[in-house]
Amino acid sequence: MLDINNLHVKLEDEDRTIVNGLTLNVKPGEVHAIMGPNGSGKSTLSYVLAGRAGYEVTDGSVTFKGEDLLEMSPDQRAAKGVFLAFQYPIEIPGVVTMQFLKVALNAQRKARGEKELSTPDFMRLVKDRAAKLNVSQDMLKRPVNVGFSGGEKKRAEILQMAVLEPSLCILDETDSGLDIDALRVVADGVNALRSPDRAMIVITHYQRLLDYIVPDHVHVLSKGRIVKSGDKSLALELEKQGYAEFDKSAA
Amino acid sequence: MADLQTIELVKDIEVDKYKYGFETEIESDFAPKGLNEDIVRFISAKKGEPAWMLEARLEAYARWLQMDEPTWARVHYPKIDFQDLYYYAAPKSMSGPKSLDEVDPKLLETYAKLGIPLKEQEILAGVRKQGEKSELDDAGGSEYSSGKVAVDAVFDSVSVVTTFKAELAKAGVIFCSISEALREHPELVKKYLFSVVPQGDNYYAALNSAVFSDGSFVYVPPGVRCPMELSTYFRMNAKNTGQFERTLIIADKGSYVSYLEGCTAPTREESQLHAAVVELIALDDAEIKYSTVQNWYPGDAEGKGGIYNFVTKRGDCRGPRSKISWTQVETGSAITWKYPSCILRGEESRGEFYSIAISNGRQQVDSGTKMIHLGKNTSSRIISKGIAAGRSDNTYRGLVSAHRKATNARNFTQCDSLLIGDKCGAHTVPYIEAKTSTAQFEHEATTSKISDDQMFYCMSRGLTQEEAVALIVNGFVRDVLQQLPMEFMAETQKLIGISLEGSVG
Repeated sequence: MLDINNLHVKLEDEDRTIVNGLTLNVKPGEVHAIMGPNGSGKSTLSYVLAGRAGYEVTDGSVTFKGEDLLEMSPDQRAAKGVFLAFQYPIEIPGVVTMQFLKVALNAQRKARGEKELSTPDFMRLVKDRAAKLNVSQDMLKRPVNVGFSGGEKKRAEILQMAVLEPSLCILDETDSGLDIDALRVVADGVNALRSPDRAMIVITHYQRLLDYIVPDHVHVLSKGRIVKSGDKSLALELEKQGYAEFDKSAA
Repeated sequence: MADLQTIELVKDIEVDKYKYGFETEIESDFAPKGLNEDIVRFISAKKGEPAWMLEARLEAYARWLQMDEPTWARVHYPKIDFQDLYYYAAPKSMSGPKSLDEVDPKLLETYAKLGIPLKEQEILAGVRKQGEKSELDDAGGSEYSSGKVAVDAVFDSVSVVTTFKAELAKAGVIFCSISEALREHPELVKKYLFSVVPQGDNYYAALNSAVFSDGSFVYVPPGVRCPMELSTYFRMNAKNTGQFERTLIIADKGSYVSYLEGCTAPTREESQLHAAVVELIALDDAEIKYSTVQNWYPGDAEGKGGIYNFVTKRGDCRGPRSKISWTQVETGSAITWKYPSCILRGEESRGEFYSIAISNGRQQVDSGTKMIHLGKNTSSRIISKGIAAGRSDNTYRGLVSAHRKATNARNFTQCDSLLIGDKCGAHTVPYIEAKTSTAQFEHEATTSKISDDQMFYCMSRGLTQEEAVALIVNGFVRDVLQQLPMEFMAETQKLIGISLEGSVG
């Protein structure tokens, strides 16, 4: 589904390479965890996949469902099925969450040449998905992320994911700022979306999240490249040893 | 950066994707070009006006000759040649229709193109569409359960048709063109016309007083709650005409009326002048809600053509506990010079001003309000949202003043500006004058840009760049949008989208 090959990324404004020869292959149905210390390039990877401006790909390629992902604008990527759950979700004052979901869903459907969802069908869909994530009707009526607590923001991200039904979910440190109960709700929401034709990339700092979202593969990222890959036991190993050793081996 | 891309897009996209830029070919009856006493007499005679009206016009003309064009606003334009304009243009076949059937079908086509609900069925159909959306809009219940809208349509200088007259008459409400009011209800017109905006008030008001050709008149009798939304649609069609309409609304004791005006004009290379005057009078305990959706042709990307919108709008809260509320959505015009104001004369009267002003391309907006507190315990509220894109300049200019006797006057002002790109300007010029120490005036102002993060967030959810900007801007103006009558909210949201579509990335 997703083929990242020898990817090199630098900041547009500075001469600093952040991703340095990263190769990763993700198949439908798989959950990949990417772990690594601060500054290892985790978030940059997620932004480059979602199409944020400000990064320059100097080498390598990213193919998504057989197409060149890097050629697409962020909205085209979204319509193709890429979804990024933000580490720090953005506030949009005055835009009601429910309205935002509807505009986003219909924009994607339109881009794919599908019919827009009718309001009653849409309401049913959102109600159903919201209930599973403990998202209250009140929250849906509030402006997007404005005044949301940390936990509410993360639940709202997963709700968007559940409504938009992407084929590639990228979760960028979704566990940060969550207490254990909130973490469980979010993880349950993510697990409910696991399916044979949906892939996930879970970016995290800590092993804790992986107790709840059990990955098929774990990769350790250091200085912009994957220095070690393994199964879920690798995450436990990391937890014990820390990242220091991998930083050395990458140097 | 997304921001840079936005600027690129602003540059690339032609500003003049003006949706309403068609012209209707209808034979027009013109007065000779230019302005002099004879033209004033011609207009008055054409309308069959009483002698006192002609005298008032001539007095206004004499005053106008003595006055200078104001230059204090932050707008720039070539000098207007007032002798190169037509001051009267009427569709030829339009001498006094009594029902829709008598109206030139081409005119009706024009209004159909504009999406104006002249016929009842269309209005009702429109309302049903609105109802579907309301669950999402989260706007709360509508006060206007009847869902009907009475429309007065003004084409160039003449009012062509007014709907729902009979039904309004049952409630005692008079809603007609001002020419008709001068014939049918001269005593009311004489009593109130020029009582809020006198002939010599300012340069453009004087000009309007001399040559106004038509406009709308509303009188709501004591204790009557007007059973439906009243609306006027103005359209400029003929070349080189100035449009000078005059609107007079009187809400008698304890009455209520909500009124909406919409404006469009065809795309033209040369600029057209629009100098309207609106006078509102609210007597004891009465309330007037006046909404404007102004979408005159803004000119092209280089600033060629477009409407000069020099308008004087003023409401007089004459009676105690009266209330006047202005809501405006300004998306069109090359130049806007407009300050809907409230004179808070009656004790405990209240004035409100809610404004959305979008400027773009080379548009220049200098708009705001004046809240003049004269009576005791008067209060006012100002919420202004300015959005500047392209190479436009967007100025909020507002005066809040309290007279020596206006004890406990209160005002709250909030001015928010949103910038799109780095070639536009937003300016806030508040004037505050309190002559009593008991006045409490608050002023808050913010200026912000659409952030790259917001754009990326929206786009990563599937919105195109244009859709993202429209959504963010609609969120920015939400407080004001909610002040519009329910029937027009969805329409206005779309208009904001359209005006940004042709202008912003």
